[in-house]
Amino acid sequence: MTKVSMTVDGVSYRDEVEPRTLLVHYLREQLGKVGTVVGCDTSNCGACTVDLDGQSVKSCTVLAVQADGGTVTTVEGLADGSTLDPMQQAFHDNHALQCGYCTPGMIMAARDLLRHNPHPSETEIREGIEGNLCRCTGYQNIVRAVQQAAPGGYAPTGAMS
Amino acid sequence: MTAVADRPSAATPAAEIGRARKRKEDQHLVTGRTTWTDNLTPPGTVHLAILRSPMAHARITAIDASAARERPGVVAAYTGQDFAEVQGDLPCAWPVTPDMVNPGAPSLAVTQVNHVGEAVAVVAARSKAEAVDALEAIEVDYEPLPPVLDMEPAVADGATLVHPHTTSNRSYTWAFESGAAGTGMPIDAALADAEVTVTRRFIQQRLIPSFMEPRSVVVEPVGEGILMHSATQVPHILRTMLGLTLGIPEHKVRVVAPDVGGGFGGKIPVTPEEVITTLVARKLGKPAKYTESRSESIMSAHHGRDQIQDITITATRDGTVTGLDVHLFADMGAYLRLVGPGVPILGAFMYNAIYKIPAYRFVCEGIFTTKTPTDAYRGAGRPEATFAIERIMDELAAELGMDPLELRRKNWIKHEEFPFTTVAGLTYDSGNYEAATDRALELIGWGELRAEQAQRRERDDPVQLGLGISTFTEMCGLAPSRVLGSLDYGAGGWENASIRMLATGKVEVVTGSSAHGQGHETAFSQIVADKLGVPFEDVEVIHGDTQSSPKGLDTYGSRSLAVGGIAIVHAADKVIEKARRVAAHLLEAGEDDLEFEAGSFSVKGAPGSSVTMGDIAFATFTAHNLPEGMEPSLDADATYDPVNFSFPHGTHLCAVDVDTETGRVTIRKYVCVDDVGNPINPLIVEGQVHGGLAQGIAQALFEEAVYDDAGNLTTGTFVDYTPPSAADLPSFTTDRTVTPSTDNPLGVKGVGEAGTIASTPAVVNAIVDALRPFGVTDVPMPCTPERVWRAVRDGKQSGRAAAGTNAYGGAQS
Repeated sequence: MTKVSMTVDGVSYRDEVEPRTLLVHYLREQLGKVGTVVGCDTSNCGACTVDLDGQSVKSCTVLAVQADGGTVTTVEGLADGSTLDPMQQAFHDNHALQCGYCTPGMIMAARDLLRHNPHPSETEIREGIEGNLCRCTGYQNIVRAVQQAAPGGYAPTGAMS
Repeated sequence: MTAVADRPSAATPAAEIGRARKRKEDQHLVTGRTTWTDNLTPPGTVHLAILRSPMAHARITAIDASAARERPGVVAAYTGQDFAEVQGDLPCAWPVTPDMVNPGAPSLAVTQVNHVGEAVAVVAARSKAEAVDALEAIEVDYEPLPPVLDMEPAVADGATLVHPHTTSNRSYTWAFESGAAGTGMPIDAALADAEVTVTRRFIQQRLIPSFMEPRSVVVEPVGEGILMHSATQVPHILRTMLGLTLGIPEHKVRVVAPDVGGGFGGKIPVTPEEVITTLVARKLGKPAKYTESRSESIMSAHHGRDQIQDITITATRDGTVTGLDVHLFADMGAYLRLVGPGVPILGAFMYNAIYKIPAYRFVCEGIFTTKTPTDAYRGAGRPEATFAIERIMDELAAELGMDPLELRRKNWIKHEEFPFTTVAGLTYDSGNYEAATDRALELIGWGELRAEQAQRRERDDPVQLGLGISTFTEMCGLAPSRVLGSLDYGAGGWENASIRMLATGKVEVVTGSSAHGQGHETAFSQIVADKLGVPFEDVEVIHGDTQSSPKGLDTYGSRSLAVGGIAIVHAADKVIEKARRVAAHLLEAGEDDLEFEAGSFSVKGAPGSSVTMGDIAFATFTAHNLPEGMEPSLDADATYDPVNFSFPHGTHLCAVDVDTETGRVTIRKYVCVDDVGNPINPLIVEGQVHGGLAQGIAQALFEEAVYDDAGNLTTGTFVDYTPPSAADLPSFTTDRTVTPSTDNPLGVKGVGEAGTIASTPAVVNAIVDALRPFGVTDVPMPCTPERVWRAVRDGKQSGRAAAGTNAYGGAQS
């Protein structure tokens, strides 16, 4: 077992993990951060996307020990009480989710996209989120949501904005 | 537009119905406060891992799980032998013919495996990781048998039998002929007398539903029974079927479908994993949990489509269709799942589509192969039918030298001809194909695109423009119970709802239609808010738990609104009638003198004298002053059996750029005008259409489950199966016409499957249209660059798939 410590959604944790433990499994099984989900086992679907030290990562592709000393933000850490993060609000406003399973990862990836490109074109949005799969929406309303969140000066909330 | 209106019809001026309400469901989903089944781990849970067959077809000559039991953290390990006496067979509820062969379907293989991925042993351990680790200690000896991969050879003389105790790989032959059925003319005469005959073979490739949430199940032993949480579309059916399969009395089984992450038909059947988890939980007396990996899901959760369609259409020289003859081979895979045999039969009623066809025959042979079982996938039988008819209408048009749109207009049912009884025996209640088509043509700019196409053909542009049409209808809102009975389906098609009026005037609506992304809570709240005149926010929708919503038939076949929604309307009507009695008592008026509007009863002609639903709810709660003999309750329930299917329709138009040098296809414009009757929530309707389009387009362009010649699934990850990302799809232009259904009080039709059903042929018709000057008459799906390039190169021989893919008849070496 290996010792790890990290801050997740503003709370600091110290734990022992098997070295092979994936970050997403650590989040879900040891921290109870079940808002972040697993959709595949080949890093294709992006459902498990979180922020690690300000960078968007697929948490199924990162070992928990690699996040040692780091700061993680999950979808659970975005809203400020009942006030949603602008991207969460935009997803709601634009019906950018149906079953909602891809949504945590999609929101995290979309926030990251706007961090790097605050005013993306539709093509840039589509290419920017192509690492995240959605089976329900056909993506059109997700694109709309990102467009809504973008123009007025996007200001992500949460611990790692 | 004449008979149709752009937006909710003037006959329904209600405040909530027709309003683009944002969804009630979203808050917990966008914040990660979710209850997916895999999020649940009751104290003491053992985690399961399943060992799966690496062989497509083999006898199990020896199996030993004892070493796995010695591994750290392992609580138990079982093989099929351990459960052989108690596991029963997975249920198939649709014996489509009296002589249908059902070879039985064990949850854990006992003596033989019949597809790669079939479960052969299970380990229960303290953690999932320990369970997975221990799988490698299980020893299995397999004696390989020849795989059975292609349907036609599978039913040839001397073929290897998938199931040695059967006499053929043919499970059933189901036939319909309009002359014999009395619904039309004899097909033989139409074929014999035809002036023009066009015959084609289309391949419906095998697809994988690919819901985003992998299936998961948690079973807790409770007294003599169980509590099961499962990522299922059908908690009620699952409860009944678990009782029948495992002999647990139905009233001792509680099934909960918590948040469920998509289904698309993929979460309809009772699964081996649900049975295995139940058996382990009961054997150990502890909660047991199994969550599949995506790789396991792709390999062993059921697939869809996989049909060979031989279709012949006959017509007169002037383009009047005179007959349609359809023969299907439908791959059941290795076993019959819950409704698998019936899926292609649902298509039997849809090949004639929107056209007036005098003679029709449909024959379907269900075939066993050593592949993953098939069952419902979005549209289930109807996308296949729509594809075949819409493709062959284009082929007939080409043969006749007619505009494909003109051919359709000449043969479709005109709006003044409804209700119309078809050659397949269904009565379409309403529709307006002219209006939807006119609107779609206008939106896409059809004339300009045709002109551009001509120019680009003229100048030999290496990137050719193709225009595709799909004028579809479908049958959904499953379904009138009597019709299901006539098709030998094992259940009815009704839905149940109940409404509970709380003391404070708030409302609980209990529905048996269990959602997994469709927005039931929002749409049903809108209906009830209008009916009872209460605020949208005051309605709570309860579903997905057989204890709190005890009666229902769940969600599939675009039935939730057209059947479940009507049950809610009927329950609301009963509440209003009870409330009327209380109101009359409180207002000291006769019931007939009251009018009910916007949640308030008042005495006709006496303004100022009124009581609200909230007043009545509280008066009923206190019960101090109720009419003599009235029980103190406004609650009501209703079970609604639809009188007919629902027949949404629409016109989908697709413009593609096809690079004849690289084979790349780019959708330039996609326009669809759907008619789903009165929309309850246009936002949700549009979302359903978008998602449906994505899946139908994915069949046309991207997706295929491919097996190699040893029966291994070679598209076993999302990398290989290639479901589309945002970058692979265009923005769609959607619009609606509104022709209300005349068969239900809301005038609604189903919408969940329409986009998927309509879009596939629109795309392929567009590709073929682009390439017709090259002598191309078909491109097999998915129309990958390689296949399009081959089609261009081979001209009239059309694009035969490359070795190692299974287009045109299955696996090749």
